Amino acid sequence: MMKQKYIVIDVRWCHDCNNCFMGCKDEHVDNNWEGYTAAQPRHGHRWMNIERRERGKYSRNDVKFLPMPCQHCENAPCVAASKGAITRREDGIVMIDMVAAKGNKELVDSCPYGAIYWNDEADIAQKCTMCAHLLDSAEWAPKMPRCVHNCPTGSMSFYDCEPEEMAKLAAAEGLEAYKAELGTNPHVLYKNLFMFTKNFVAGGITVDGDCFENATVTLEQDGKVLQTAQTNFFGDFKFDGLEDGEYTVKVDAAGKAQSSNVTIAGKSLNLGFIAF
Amino acid sequence: GSQEVRMTNSSTGGPVFVYVKDGKIVRLTPMDFDETDPESWKIEARGKVFTPPRKTTIAPFTAGQKSMVYSDKRILYPMKRVDFDPNGERNIQNRGVSGYERISWDEAAEIVCGEVNRIKREYGPSAILSTPSSHHLWGNVGYRHSTYFRFMNMMGFTYADHNPDSWEGWHWGGMHMWGFSWRLGNPEQYDLLEDGLKYAEMIVFWSSDPEVNSGIYAAFESTIRRKWLKDLGVKMVFIDPFFNHTANWIGDKWFSPKTGTDHALSFAIAYTWLTEGSYDKEYVATHAYGFEEWSEYVLGKTDGEPKTCEWAEKETGIPACDIRALAREWGKKNTYLAAGGLGGWGGACRATHGIEWSRGMIALATMQGMGKPGSNMWSTTQGAPLDTEFYFPGYAEGGISGDCDNSAAGFKFAWRMFDGKTTFPSPSNINNGQGQHIPRLKIPECIMGKEFQWSGKGFCGGDIPHQMHQYQYPAPGYSRIKMYWKYGGPHIGTMTATNRYAKMYTDSELDFVVSQSIWFEGEVPFADVILPACTNYERWDISEFANCSGYIPDNYTLCNHRVISLQMKCIEPLGESKSDYDIYAFFAKKLGFEGQFTEGKDELAWVEQYYNATDCPKLMTFADFFKKGYLVVPDNTTRKKTVALRWFAEEREKDTPDWGPRCNNSVGYKGLQTQTGKVEFIATSIKRFEEQGFVDEYRPAMHTYVKAWESHHCELAKKYPLGMLSPHPRFSMHTMGDGKDSFMNDIKDHRVEVDGYSYWIIRINSEDAAARGIKEGDLVRAFNDRGSVILYAQVGERTQPGTVHSYESCAVYDPLGKPGCSADRGGCVNILTPDRYMSKYACGMAPNSAQIEVEKWNGDIYEIY
Ligand SMILES: Nc1nc2c(c(=O)[nH]1)N[C@H]1C(S)=C(S)[C@@H](COP(=O)(O)OP(=O)(O)OC[C@H]3O[C@@H](n4cnc5c(=O)[nH]c(N)nc54)[C@H](O)[C@@H]3O)O[C@H]1N2
Ligand SMILES: Nc1nc2c(c(=O)[nH]1)N[C@H]1C(S)=C(S)[C@@H](COP(=O)(O)OP(=O)(O)OC[C@H]3O[C@@H](n4cnc5c(=O)[nH]c(N)nc54)[C@H](O)[C@@H]3O)O[C@H]1N2
Ligand code: SF4
Ligand code: SF4
Ligand code: SF4
Ligand SMILES: [Ca+2]
Ligand SMILES: [Ca+2]
Ligand SMILES: [Mo+4]
Repeated sequence: MMKQKYIVIDVRWCHDCNNCFMGCKDEHVDNNWEGYTAAQPRHGHRWMNIERRERGKYSRNDVKFLPMPCQHCENAPCVAASKGAITRREDGIVMIDMVAAKGNKELVDSCPYGAIYWNDEADIAQKCTMCAHLLDSAEWAPKMPRCVHNCPTGSMSFYDCEPEEMAKLAAAEGLEAYKAELGTNPHVLYKNLFMFTKNFVAGGITVDGDCFENATVTLEQDGKVLQTAQTNFFGDFKFDGLEDGEYTVKVDAAGKAQSSNVTIAGKSLNLGFIAF
Repeated sequence: GSQEVRMTNSSTGGPVFVYVKDGKIVRLTPMDFDETDPESWKIEARGKVFTPPRKTTIAPFTAGQKSMVYSDKRILYPMKRVDFDPNGERNIQNRGVSGYERISWDEAAEIVCGEVNRIKREYGPSAILSTPSSHHLWGNVGYRHSTYFRFMNMMGFTYADHNPDSWEGWHWGGMHMWGFSWRLGNPEQYDLLEDGLKYAEMIVFWSSDPEVNSGIYAAFESTIRRKWLKDLGVKMVFIDPFFNHTANWIGDKWFSPKTGTDHALSFAIAYTWLTEGSYDKEYVATHAYGFEEWSEYVLGKTDGEPKTCEWAEKETGIPACDIRALAREWGKKNTYLAAGGLGGWGGACRATHGIEWSRGMIALATMQGMGKPGSNMWSTTQGAPLDTEFYFPGYAEGGISGDCDNSAAGFKFAWRMFDGKTTFPSPSNINNGQGQHIPRLKIPECIMGKEFQWSGKGFCGGDIPHQMHQYQYPAPGYSRIKMYWKYGGPHIGTMTATNRYAKMYTDSELDFVVSQSIWFEGEVPFADVILPACTNYERWDISEFANCSGYIPDNYTLCNHRVISLQMKCIEPLGESKSDYDIYAFFAKKLGFEGQFTEGKDELAWVEQYYNATDCPKLMTFADFFKKGYLVVPDNTTRKKTVALRWFAEEREKDTPDWGPRCNNSVGYKGLQTQTGKVEFIATSIKRFEEQGFVDEYRPAMHTYVKAWESHHCELAKKYPLGMLSPHPRFSMHTMGDGKDSFMNDIKDHRVEVDGYSYWIIRINSEDAAARGIKEGDLVRAFNDRGSVILYAQVGERTQPGTVHSYESCAVYDPLGKPGCSADRGGCVNILTPDRYMSKYACGMAPNSAQIEVEKWNGDIYEIY
């Protein structure tokens, strides 16, 4: 089986520095890569589209980011709908044929991830090529896509390996596909995806008006303990990765206990202070 | 076409490989080291070995810099205002509104040199005002301390000294508490990475967002080090009105004090330590001066107001239990105080309470035994174990000017660069203490013919009392200003109450205005003649990664490696633009001093002379360096590690390579630069200044809780209830990456396009937005008595209710009506900031606490100022 190309993105370490987005524009704006892609327009395309989501409420809140290139799906809806205008290379990279894509605006809507853009001036559909023209070139010493090469936090990595190797890594690191329910089996995989797609409940325990460290807090659903936490020296706890639903937060602090029912409905919750 | 060639250059966001083909830049990337580059350092701590990646990092505005080089805002040929005639109607009243026509370089020189010579004969050279801005595209020969001063000092001019913007509170306050005048009141940071990796249990990031500002110029070099500290289990607390980007990334807790109130928080922490005895009493007894009297004040015995956590909750809006919890943990654990992004600095120092905030930081660090293992002032950005014995100068060491009055050339570089036989420096006899100069923050008042007094000549680094020296404009015997030669044009986005900077151009006193700039933006469209400069990719230069030196000696320790770049001329200058050196050589010829200015050399020849005046020839000949394009300074394993302030804690002779205290300021190289040699909780320098009749209402001798003159306390807050802070822009190095149709404008958190116009962003709390009927995506008017600015509303939880955030340094000034008198749609929020000095004799800017109001924009132009 031919080695396949993958990009792995850890949501935990992405802080929206946009080096990847800038690197993609630097590589493709005003540069026509013959046989791969026409130049990207100066504005309007986000082949690397970093999505942003703010969770929680002041002062227990966070902001999470999902860098979204083309996912280079193995069963790509775009390929299926493209009547041959979009094909999948042996190494897994999905490419739009610049000739067949001319005037072919409906290609834009064939991608469920919104990764295909219309170049009005050149009348063509375009998207991330995983920098195939660089990966195919012996002179390109870094041997990775421009976005990965620019990433300063270690959030984004590139792999050129056997599918079995990636399957092992995915299992070990808990890598997931974004919108896995679409079944497109993408070659872009995410670590800690729950931080972007799920929600949290957080609060602070006080005893006699002071923050209480090492209170035991448990999160239960239908009588089953899902998570337990010890509060830090600010008396804070945070349960993340929660689906929508009803939960019970139980607190044991200085020999006393309290519990409260909470509902997660698409939003994270800041319970504020729970006083004993 | 030709082969793609890999060249080298550098930037304000790190050194770069530049791939060039057919005379065009194809791409810019970070530098990957190869097998010929020396090994990196290693630090052993807590049973692990830490070593940095074999690669440099770049900032987002460097990753997108190709779009600044190729931009439709580049000025491609000299231009003249269509209705300006130096020999006839000057139409001064039309500056900022009349259009431009192309002229030749000869025509430009004829007009500019004609005015220079006329004004010198009618008024003297001091009637020519000129100033660059704080920052500059990268490169030590082309930098302002170098080429600009060389030419301007020869031509003769009055310089607009820069207020110590980055330092303010540390300069006007901190310096009186612990000295460090040569660092303008910031602390040294040597070898603190190893100390932190070994001992840190908690880091308090106070007005510090290193993932955004990197200390300065250091891209993401220290990012991996904060990951190392996080992996070691170090707790991280962030204190910042804005939920900043490092807090969001690795913070365990976020405190958001109301603007102008941080020092209430620091006093409450000190109160908790004093009442619970959780501070280093022996250290304070031997290393602090005035501590007893100060303690009495903190406990409320002198003013009847104990600085309790409950008192601080009312001032700051932060729960008292959280403040107490932080104070107790800090008292127990090895804690480093990351005050500001550099080790010093921090937006809080550039606010109305900046003086007492900086002194509060020094007070808390001192109470916990500052300088001992596990207890120091450290911002996790400087302090990498690099070879401080290898000499390569930073941009502030004067380059080809050798101006020892107005750069750090006198430290070493002037004596190594100029032999006084074949090559000579270019000093000024106007731009010094006895001549004439003005403060940059008073350029409008100076141009509009007013008189004024102030304290200190710009960056007062010579000694502590220098900032107390009194000056006046016009200086005795010197002329008022008649002409303004502005180098770059960002002040409407970066100074204070900046409608002043638009109005000044139409003042009848100002005969002539030249703008020497790269892009047509900001103040540039107010000039009579515009001279197009090119970028560093279009000229030769040499530099080191992040190395400023001067008032931040050895700040290359921000980086993981010392990387010296030949900044190759990758492409020809666009259009008829020229490098600043070539512009000045052209003008020096017309003015009759070309030989003295160039000494027969072009920029590349100066680069070679520069290279040979450093330690680089010990590693590589200039010819080899010219071929390779960069060199990495090897790790010096024999270097003696000297941790910042350890010598002070252990009462030894100073052993770090820091540039001070000078021997005349210390006794046997022991103790700090202060008169007592100790940390002065009551400053002997300010006390003596008061005794001489100079009393500062907002800078008392003792570190005191002085209510900020623009905060939720003041009268103004009743009419303008929202406190705005305006820190440095994440996706631009000040104005240099913004506007210009650059790639950075497409970053979702930099600007947002609405109906084809790219708007600057204001971040507002969800409750404040709801109360004003504002939702995400609305265009709003931010306003107060100083002006109005139209902005895109980003609604969320990144500030506490009552606080709003918008970055300073917008490059675009787009007045909807008369310039200086109407709303700006470009995004220059500095229009709204106070131009009042921090205190009567503390002549610093305080833009990070402005009281404003925000409402949905009704489309009006608000020509009411
Ligand atoms: N509200 C608020 N305001 C602040 C601050 C804050 O925290 N809050 N911070 C303050 C601080 S610390 C600083 S440093 C200042 C920075 O403020 P400024 O220094 O005023 O802003 P810069 O963008 O650095 O200005 C550089 C100018 O020089 C031009 N330029 C750059 N390179 C060249 C060159 O090679 N040749 C020529 N001819 N021109 C060139 C650029 O185009 C630009 O116009 O902002 C201050 N203002
Ligand atoms: N990306 C980028 N990096 C830069 C620069 C740039 O323009 N862009 N500029 C460079 C320069 S010239 C300098 S001087 C340094 C500046 O470095 P710093 O002074 O450290 O940076 P600032 O952005 O001014 O402030 C850092 C943090 O302080 C917070 N802050 C502002 N006011 C207050 C306050 O009153 N109290 C508290 N607690 N926090 C406050 C801000 O929200 C911000 O998150 O950055 C350098 N690095
Ligand atoms: S993400 Fe969209 S464009 Fe990319 S392969 Fe999948 S369906 Fe095609
Ligand atoms: S892999 Fe290349 S084309 Fe795709 S987003 Fe990254 S830089 Fe852009
Ligand atoms: S470069 Fe890395 S950290 Fe920065 S936005 Fe992209 S993925 Fe996130
Ligand atoms: Ca079309
Ligand atoms: Ca301690
Ligand atoms: Mo600064």
